[in-house]
Amino acid sequence: MTAGKSYNLGNLMTHIVLITFGILMIYPVLWMFFGSFKPTQDIFTSPSFFPTHWTLQNYIQGWTMLPNMKFGQFIGNSFLISSLVVIGTVFSSSIAAFAFARFEFRFKRILFSVMLATLMLPSQITLIPQYTMYHFLGLINTYVPLIAPSFFGAPFFIFLLIQFMRGLPRELDEAAKIDGCNPFQIYWKIIMPLSLPALMTTAIFSFIWSWDDFFSQLVYINASSMFTAPLGLKLFMDESGAQLWGPMFAMSMISLIPLFLVFMFFQKYIVKGIATSGLKG
Amino acid sequence: MPTSQEKTSKVKNRSPLSSRITPYLFLSPWMIGLVVFSIGPILLSLYFSFTNFDLLQPPNWIGMQNYKNIFTNDQLFYTSLVVTFSYILMAVPIRLIVALAIAMLLNRNIKGIGIYRAVYYIPSLIGSSVAVAYLWQQIFGPGGLFEKVLSLLGLPASPWIDEPGTALFTLSLLSAWAFGSSMLIFLAGLKGIPESLYEAAEIDGATKWKRFVHVTIPMLSPVVFFNVIMSIITAFTQFTQGYIITDGGPINATLFYALYLYNQFTYFKMGYASALAWILLVILGAFTSIIFFTSKKWVYYES
Repeated sequence: MTAGKSYNLGNLMTHIVLITFGILMIYPVLWMFFGSFKPTQDIFTSPSFFPTHWTLQNYIQGWTMLPNMKFGQFIGNSFLISSLVVIGTVFSSSIAAFAFARFEFRFKRILFSVMLATLMLPSQITLIPQYTMYHFLGLINTYVPLIAPSFFGAPFFIFLLIQFMRGLPRELDEAAKIDGCNPFQIYWKIIMPLSLPALMTTAIFSFIWSWDDFFSQLVYINASSMFTAPLGLKLFMDESGAQLWGPMFAMSMISLIPLFLVFMFFQKYIVKGIATSGLKG
Repeated sequence: MPTSQEKTSKVKNRSPLSSRITPYLFLSPWMIGLVVFSIGPILLSLYFSFTNFDLLQPPNWIGMQNYKNIFTNDQLFYTSLVVTFSYILMAVPIRLIVALAIAMLLNRNIKGIGIYRAVYYIPSLIGSSVAVAYLWQQIFGPGGLFEKVLSLLGLPASPWIDEPGTALFTLSLLSAWAFGSSMLIFLAGLKGIPESLYEAAEIDGATKWKRFVHVTIPMLSPVVFFNVIMSIITAFTQFTQGYIITDGGPINATLFYALYLYNQFTYFKMGYASALAWILLVILGAFTSIIFFTSKKWVYYES
């Protein structure tokens, strides 16, 4: 009996620690969330955590504050970029992963090592030559520099997809071959549908990363009509002289909503994706 | 299409050209990208680093001049290195220790793990965003939430982000706050440790602490290894926080290396910035090699 009791007590302690620390962790986010529904002067002065009078004023003011530009435009631009990045990443990475997972060829080991070596190549290293290239192609201030690379395979996702595809039974390929499928048909009709979970993980993470990406957007985009959500937030902050915290919180919340939604609907894939891709490295 | 014999026959040479080039066909998008977006730029930036390239004039070869200036004549280069290393030394340990501690608590088969996991992961999901950077500025800035809490507790209150002594630590806290992804990796690693090992250790009379040191840590070392490398590289290339929250200040206290490099780029000092980029590449390469090399000593692999 005592053992059971101490077990329960230990469990209770664990819950207490986890809840206390969890509240501390999530507090800043909740503060921003509730702050976005308070009048600006209340955010810092009012002692109450919840708004005493809820207002949508911040959202209205923030949405329309910049002259000739709605905040929705930034969100739309971000969506356009992220969607194209997701499409590019899924196809270009899966096709490379298919080659690594299903073929034997001469330089496989070398190419595989090269891919692993570029896995964590920071964008600062390649910044100047890439910028120079886009400059001479006249592509600065377009979305091409933000989208084009994703159509040429992302090492992180190639790696993740290779791991997954290796787990798929080869008998299926053999059967398809006998039925007269060529390699491309095997990729498209057999491997792709079966890799759906890993493709979902790829899509979700490439979406999150491109949505959150700030460095490349800052470097390549300078016309405010083409700004993305992060650049829009910065513009908003600069224009308002860091005074309008209410509308700022409101627009911040809006820029984070897509991430929250992705997390809510695809939590399973996110958790699994992090766990497996991390471990097999 | 001679396909089905392929697997059985060892005579590779006889397979027709078409099937030998098939894998390369599938790899071609990635290989083109590798040359255009990675290898090409890396080599080109090595060349640029020996020139005075400024994007407007064609590059002039100036030999080692950029490197010479950086090492002998650029105080901010050293400042940014010190800032970046201090940041790594603060942010990475805090982040990983907290991540491991929470992962171990979550691994105790408690109820509601889904909710906890979500709460602890959300900061990691949004932690690198510009929105959260501004939120952090607000919390730790003048008149911010944190200052209020300090004065409520009767502690000396000051805006941590405006003080050179605490600014960098405040940014480290943001990185530590977003420990969720490391935690999930640890959690998966903990789940992979067979229960029988703990039972055997318990029978041998090992205390909780001994079980942690002799079972958990060795079994988890590959995951620790992975997390350390990932966290160090992320910290090394930290940009958004320094740019948005503090803009390198106060008095360069948060001038991250990546931020310094970016500043040179905005002055169109492309040659100089390329030299900085190559120094970063060499440092990162050296760091990862050291960790990889020593990992044989402290990372335990089964079989």
